[in-house]
Amino acid sequence: MTVMEQRGAYRPAPPPAWQLRTDPAPLLPEAEPYRVLGTDAARKADPELLLRLHGELVRGRRYNTQATALTKQGRLAVYPSSTGQEACEIAAALALREQDWLFPSYRDTLAAVARGLDPVAALTLLRGDWHTGYDPREHRIAPLCTPLATQLPHAVGLAHAARLKGDDVVALAMVGDGGTSEGDFHEALNFAAVWQAPVVFLVQNNGFAISVPLAKQTAAPSLAHKAVGYGMPGRLVDGNDAVAVHEVLSEAVERAREGGGPTLIEAVTYRMEAHTNADDATRYRQDADVEAWQDHDPIVLLERELTERDLLDEDRRRAVREDAEEMAADLRARMNQDPALDPMDLFTHVYAEQTSQLREQAALLRAELEAENEADGAGR
Amino acid sequence: MTTVAVKPATMGQALGRALRDAMADDPSVHVLGEDVGTLGGVFRVTDGLAKEFGDDRCTDTPLAEAGILGTAVGMAMYGLRPVVEMQFDAFAYPAFEQLISHVARMRNRTRGGMPLPITIRVPYGGGIGGVEHHSDSSEAYYMATPGLHVVTPATVEDAYGLLRASIASDDPVVFLEPKRLYWSKADWNPDAPSTVEPIGKAVVRRAGRSATLLTYGPSVPVCLEAAEAARAEGWDLEVVDLRSLVPFDDETVTASVRRTGRAVVVHESGGFGGPGGEIAARVTERCFHHLEAPVLRVAGFDIPYPPPMLERHHLPGVDRILDAVARLQWEAES
Ligand SMILES: Cc1ncc(C[n+]2csc(CCOP(=O)(O)OP(=O)(O)O)c2C)c(N)n1
Repeated sequence: MTVMEQRGAYRPAPPPAWQLRTDPAPLLPEAEPYRVLGTDAARKADPELLLRLHGELVRGRRYNTQATALTKQGRLAVYPSSTGQEACEIAAALALREQDWLFPSYRDTLAAVARGLDPVAALTLLRGDWHTGYDPREHRIAPLCTPLATQLPHAVGLAHAARLKGDDVVALAMVGDGGTSEGDFHEALNFAAVWQAPVVFLVQNNGFAISVPLAKQTAAPSLAHKAVGYGMPGRLVDGNDAVAVHEVLSEAVERAREGGGPTLIEAVTYRMEAHTNADDATRYRQDADVEAWQDHDPIVLLERELTERDLLDEDRRRAVREDAEEMAADLRARMNQDPALDPMDLFTHVYAEQTSQLREQAALLRAELEAENEADGAGR
Repeated sequence: MTTVAVKPATMGQALGRALRDAMADDPSVHVLGEDVGTLGGVFRVTDGLAKEFGDDRCTDTPLAEAGILGTAVGMAMYGLRPVVEMQFDAFAYPAFEQLISHVARMRNRTRGGMPLPITIRVPYGGGIGGVEHHSDSSEAYYMATPGLHVVTPATVEDAYGLLRASIASDDPVVFLEPKRLYWSKADWNPDAPSTVEPIGKAVVRRAGRSATLLTYGPSVPVCLEAAEAARAEGWDLEVVDLRSLVPFDDETVTASVRRTGRAVVVHESGGFGGPGGEIAARVTERCFHHLEAPVLRVAGFDIPYPPPMLERHHLPGVDRILDAVARLQWEAES
């Protein structure tokens, strides 16, 4: 064979082992955030669901204002408010079934409370009398997580373990837009997709990571588009449309439990308050930016729909308001009591069995406490 | 009469056997890591596990250490008992955030509600001619993190016994495997049930009267060799194998040093901020009136781990140990 003949025989072809591993088209998110409220579909929405969501959202907002007030009274060390994001928080909780697990971040106390956690227990971390105020296994709510995105691989591992055991359990993991830049976000999504773990990732894109806007966080077309790179579907939803978020989340949960694997959902919302009570949002955004969202408030959107459908009369409004006030009054009263503290607890749960070093240190503290008590007694 | 099947086994084989037995005894034990399945691990410790127990029990994960440990946390939350393999000491670093912020604290954070029984196996230390990032002694980082147990075997029998105990522990254990001892051999009966060792107990490997060498992991055989060589100088050295850095066995260590009156701590890890500083301080606090000389340390230099052609100058060897022993103020005695 001459060299020329060899050349003629050459046909450009992909490398031998190459092929596209999944069709990316079905994984792509919608072109703009999915909405229900204000569309024809809303007319068909179950009135009971609408009313349930409304009641929970109003309660949720009241919880936020009450908790923020508690920071001013020194009853909470800090509170990251989710005002403006209640639709995401509540829908997250309501889309889950009893046996499912929630993996919240520090901003997601509302989701935990809506899932049935005692409102006071949910605030233990932020009051500072302990790190977690509840047994995670009791309500299937992981501890509120502060190191960004680190709870996401936990959700994947738990869902994977449940699947290995043959249990029908879905894990819902919540993270902020800033958290999507963390390595753990990437690793969690990758593991979830490879293992086809029954997990739902909910990103609340509230516009900011403390002061840093999304544009400095990512160059992706949207956060939901990131899903395609992992081989899982991405969904883009209006995070202030409680009905839409509930629907998209419920579909993702259903998909996961049927063995369809993980879903990444980006809910577009807005953080109406500063990052926490300790933050000064005027340093990085204008009041006008916030005002633009007032009209797109999750409760406003829902009430418009309810009014349109004659589902929200004055009695109903009053009942919802009273229910929220009752919750807030109870929260206030219980949070105004000093929590019981036992310094010796510091040594109790470091290891299953206390090491001799910790026993020595515990003895030291006990002696200090006794001396303190005696001094107090003598002073009286 | 039945004869006991004692035959030579390597430390690597004993570790593999411990994993196998733990998996056979307890269906909640799962092995996860890079190349642990089909290949059996780069050191072959997990050889045969995927075949015997299936991919769901011995899983080749995506290549991401934080992801491996992070998902292991979730698995443990659901009641499994994950055993994670980090491929090399320096490649465990990506998992540090999960280790420190979650693995070490979950029991404490949840008031005991959600302990994490995770074993993290980390091949560590030098002496195998590894190129950069394959020979670190990272134990000081782990020791400095409350909530973790830090365990390291030095013998074939301990490799089995301590790994079984670590997997059975309801607390997270960082299980440091001295790479250079993977191929060390001993006569060992894998069917002897007595070999599960409690965590937190040091042992006297060689009894002696002149001075105590306090050491662990890869430095134990070196110290034993030094103790033999020391006989020529008229020193009868005791060698204590710590086996567990956390919890630390103050009792065994203190008893030994009070008996001998002199101590040298020996490890590969750097001396500054290394385990030896903590150990020397503990010994001094407890044995001050029994000490004939300051507690000395023979450690790796305070340098990034050297390239393989130079590592022999870095690792504590017999001569450096004997030089330290010679500095234990013997003059006063004669
Ligand atoms: C690993 C890590 N780095 C930094 C922080 C400090 N921090 C707390 S919240 C936050 C911003 C997070 O923004 P985002 O993920 O968008 O969530 P949001 O607070 O808006 O709900 C930062 C930087 C942290 N908690 N964890």
